Amino acid sequence: MTERSVSFTLNGEQREAKVDPRTHLGDFLRHSLGLTGTHLGCEHGVCGACTVIVDGAPVRSCLMLAVQIEGSVVETVEGLGNPDSLSTLQQAFVTNHGLQCGFCTPGMLMTLEAYLRSTPMPTERDVRIAISGNICRCTGYEGIVQAALDVAATRADRT
Amino acid sequence: MKASPFQYHRPQTREELGALLTRLDNAKILAGGQSLMPMMNLRVIAPDHLIDINRIPELAGIRETAAGIEIGAMTRQTDVLSSETVRSRLPLLARALEHVGHIQTRARGTIGGSCCHLDPSAEQPAVSAAFDAEFIVSGPNGRHVIPASAWFEGLLQSALGEQEYLEALRFKPWANGHGYGFAEYARRHGDFAVAGGIALLEGDRDGRITRAALLSFGVESSPRRLTEAEGALLGQHVDNLDIEPVIEAARSLEAMEDAHVTAGYRRHLAGVLIGRALKEACATLERQS
Amino acid sequence: MSARYFGAAVTRLEDARLLAGKGQYVDDIELPGMLHAAFVRASFAHGRIRSIDTSDALAMPGVAAIYTMADFEDIAHGPMPPMAPHPLLKTPITYHPLANTEVRHVGEAIAIVLADSRAKAEDAAAAVVLDIEYLPAVSDATLACDANSPRAHSQHTSNIAATMKAGFGDTAAVFAKADHVLTEHFDIHRGGCHSMECRGVVAHIDLLTGALTISTSSQSPYMVRRHLAGYLKRDENDIRVMTPDVGGGFGPKANVYAEEFAVALAVIKCRRPVKWIEDRQEHFVATTQQRGQTWTLDVAFDNDGRMHAIRGRCIHDNGAYAPYGLILPATALASFPGPYALEALDLSLDVVLTNLVPTSPVRGACRPNVAFLLERLADRIARHLGIDRQEVRRRSFVRADQMPYSTGMKARDGSPISYDSGDYVGALNLVLDEIDAANFPARRNEAKQRGKLRGLGIASCVEDTGLGPFEGASVRVTPAGKVVIASGASSQGQGHRTAFAQIAADVLGVELEDVTIETADTAKFPLGISTIASRIAVTAGSSVQLAAHKVRAKAIAFASHQLEVDEHDLELAGGAVHVKGIPDMKIKLSEIARTLSGNTGMPMPGDMEPDLAATAYFNSNALTFAYGANACEVEVDPDTGDIRVVRYVVVHDCGRMINPMIVDGQIRGGVVHGIGNALFERMIHDEEGQPLTTTYGDYLLPMASEMPRIEIHHMETPSPRNPIGVKGAGEGGTIPAAACVISAVEDALGPNGPFIALHPISPQQVVTWLDRN
Repeated sequence: MTERSVSFTLNGEQREAKVDPRTHLGDFLRHSLGLTGTHLGCEHGVCGACTVIVDGAPVRSCLMLAVQIEGSVVETVEGLGNPDSLSTLQQAFVTNHGLQCGFCTPGMLMTLEAYLRSTPMPTERDVRIAISGNICRCTGYEGIVQAALDVAATRADRT
Repeated sequence: MKASPFQYHRPQTREELGALLTRLDNAKILAGGQSLMPMMNLRVIAPDHLIDINRIPELAGIRETAAGIEIGAMTRQTDVLSSETVRSRLPLLARALEHVGHIQTRARGTIGGSCCHLDPSAEQPAVSAAFDAEFIVSGPNGRHVIPASAWFEGLLQSALGEQEYLEALRFKPWANGHGYGFAEYARRHGDFAVAGGIALLEGDRDGRITRAALLSFGVESSPRRLTEAEGALLGQHVDNLDIEPVIEAARSLEAMEDAHVTAGYRRHLAGVLIGRALKEACATLERQS
Repeated sequence: MSARYFGAAVTRLEDARLLAGKGQYVDDIELPGMLHAAFVRASFAHGRIRSIDTSDALAMPGVAAIYTMADFEDIAHGPMPPMAPHPLLKTPITYHPLANTEVRHVGEAIAIVLADSRAKAEDAAAAVVLDIEYLPAVSDATLACDANSPRAHSQHTSNIAATMKAGFGDTAAVFAKADHVLTEHFDIHRGGCHSMECRGVVAHIDLLTGALTISTSSQSPYMVRRHLAGYLKRDENDIRVMTPDVGGGFGPKANVYAEEFAVALAVIKCRRPVKWIEDRQEHFVATTQQRGQTWTLDVAFDNDGRMHAIRGRCIHDNGAYAPYGLILPATALASFPGPYALEALDLSLDVVLTNLVPTSPVRGACRPNVAFLLERLADRIARHLGIDRQEVRRRSFVRADQMPYSTGMKARDGSPISYDSGDYVGALNLVLDEIDAANFPARRNEAKQRGKLRGLGIASCVEDTGLGPFEGASVRVTPAGKVVIASGASSQGQGHRTAFAQIAADVLGVELEDVTIETADTAKFPLGISTIASRIAVTAGSSVQLAAHKVRAKAIAFASHQLEVDEHDLELAGGAVHVKGIPDMKIKLSEIARTLSGNTGMPMPGDMEPDLAATAYFNSNALTFAYGANACEVEVDPDTGDIRVVRYVVVHDCGRMINPMIVDGQIRGGVVHGIGNALFERMIHDEEGQPLTTTYGDYLLPMASEMPRIEIHHMETPSPRNPIGVKGAGEGGTIPAAACVISAVEDALGPNGPFIALHPISPQQVVTWLDRN
């Protein structure tokens, strides 16, 4: 099957690449571009580990073909912050023990990053529903939920 | 879990789409992909051609016309949910969409995709059936309208022809202040419902029911209108509805069973949920004063 | 030595990398020329392999090789070695790396396809033509005990692979004089485990050393090396096994798997790097599953509700193979008598082969089952006598003044099992206070107004932790003054790096950030066992402490020699050894390390041994027992049968806590796992052994939207059995959780409701139970 070229913006950078049409976005990010921060947990669209932000919306990268990001703006966990300069949300995960094995974490982060942009003052119930499409087997979710609530509270204080 | 190989097509216009559908064999339309892509990753289906309709602008959007509210097949669920038109004129649809998947799947999933895939538990086809929505379809023989009553042909089977595509759904809003109720039971938030119930009501100044739609979904292989029970509601007073026959009607459906759930439990739920939906519809029906 | 870090809830050193997407999991490894593997797997549960035709598949684009077991004949043959041989298993029941004559469960690997992408490998795998003769399958362990049942292994004469016994005391006599005897039948479902990262292996031959080099998502890298070396008849030194970041373990990844062997064999055969990443579909049919058992138990108790004796029989669903020997069923017997002081116990357990994926320890192994049995029996007794559930427990538990308490059970080496410390009644009282059990009736009434049935559940447990024999550690100070800890303990998210660093930093007077860790690489530390059984804090944690103390002693000896100061007048702080009270009179650890690294031609000062480093293996020869008491409240919707856990309170004692934040995280995750067991996770197979729930749409894992907050209260009874006073904490959340939730549901359904002796329970069952009232 013939490869197609795609051009898109990835974490603020203009990129072009060739891709086999059947390659889903998650595999493309991980194996064609080497951005292995995005993880694949189920590849049938339930676990949420592969969540990335496309054109501002959180999407499951295992349910989108790489060819479909033509002209789109894609954000992955690598765009959030570096180990030595974590984003507020990432830092809140540290403070609240919002991760253990770290495998679901990038998907959680990208879901909440997109969610908190559009919902600045969620309740605990809201946050739990926002991540109801992301499975975490380690934490029992509480640290993740608290991290999101902390970020929302901090932002509210600032404004 | 990688999809089988396929040829990828990305038409930019409806005309290109129509031409591809006419020309290609074993082709599937890729809309939001939230049902199709898992099936392809699991190799449950392996189309030779995938026709991506995400880049045809005319297929998306919400328009209010004289004939009703038209929602383009490619309109994302998240856009339907946040649409002021939908929230004010079709509040039942917005109410139902809160139960559809998760923010990630609503960001991609489309109303048309759901209404073509026709999972028996899906909320959007159920709402469209409750509204007697019209399915605007295009194909080699031009554009035609299929009423909801003819759209549902069976489990995962719509009336859409092989060379046709769904352009839009047209909903005729009920009168301002109509009552609406939606109830479903899913094990976890956003899961496909085990069963659900929908109720729409219009009433006169005195609070007597003048129009009713009642529907159970997730129970039979397609959403099922409870036509007799609807008729029986007419003329009853909203404060004093006889709900039992409605519950009984839902409980009498031919329920599906699967590895998790017996037909008996589904029927039981159908009754509980249509009852809840109807009570909610009574509560939301605005009184004329 | 001051405890600046030990006991403090410091944030984790692991986190920044993982949060920034810079973790290195096995699928993140790319090697030049690497091939991607997909397996051809059995599509029905039992069959005899007649032929495997790979010719069409081999001709497909991108395919490099396809191997069956026969292709490996020149390298190795026969079944894999057993990980944990047991005298009751006369013949090991292990997989072949690839099935060669018979397949015994859906998903068993038959051939390995190598291609230049995973997608192409899957294309070709689908084109391999299998001719497999159907054999009747057995998927139900109870039915499998029937003499006329089909055999899971066609050459066996019985599906009962072993009968295990445990007990103490004169059960017949205690039952004979008991005021009451009740008999109950229990059904505990097998489920999946589902670490969010599936398994995976990347292997290649290292060009420099010639070593077969394997990165695997495993809890037991040293076991992979040991058994693969044995299988290949190679020296262990010719095989290097590492675990990169591992995305959750919870037990199944402690096994040595057929796929690990098959990939290694394929690498030896094709001489190219090979990557296999298990996908979720494979995980459902090829990764070991949880603790399915049925039990029939008699319990003897007196008029006051004091439990005196238990006897009974278990049918243990082992699945088709026993790669981990009898470890899982053994944990069931070993978990008795829990917190209860019994006079007699008599148990018999049949390990039954079925044509399903093997079961092996998953978070708690069979301890959650036994907690379920004992706590259900306690509730049952209370109901029978019409007394409070907590009274049965208060009267039956081992008391704090009985510690250390010999339970009557024997360890594997024949030594008596003895609980080291704890206050089980105190924990129960505390949890009842914390959940405000006294005012529960008011909450039940309030819920009733809203149309909900509210119930209060309680469950306690005792957990053996710190399983021996050892997990070693070395501590080394580098010439830069950094501390490097190496250990054989692999990590799957437990925060070992942080915990070990906390221990070592205190001993050596350095900052947490100055400590790095190298774990689970057979090239960096010689020995390792496995990260299982809540044992690493006890075993490796103690070893880190002992090794750090050796290093500390050496640094002090060095400084004493150089500064001509008595050793007793020296202490470590700020990365240096200094004279007590005179911080400026010091020698930096970096300087000591540099000097002890040796200089050409110069003698070692004071004839000291080179290297500021030490290794220790803490001899964990006695288990240490953590315990907990849980209470929770549920609300049941009587119309739909929906069950929500609305409150969950844990009292837990794992001795001294190295890091309370990490402990709490372990407990929370564990509780949610147990709630999943109680209410959601159902791995359904049909009579022919076909799995029916192989997607996350069908197999329901607990999500944030349905889970409560977990409130945790600690009691800290230091363990006298290790130098740091710790007990394990990895499984204590899970062990009583299902029992606690079911207790609450039963309470919600009221005095006319059923005695619930199974899990998971479903809304459908709840509706049926309520209908029957």
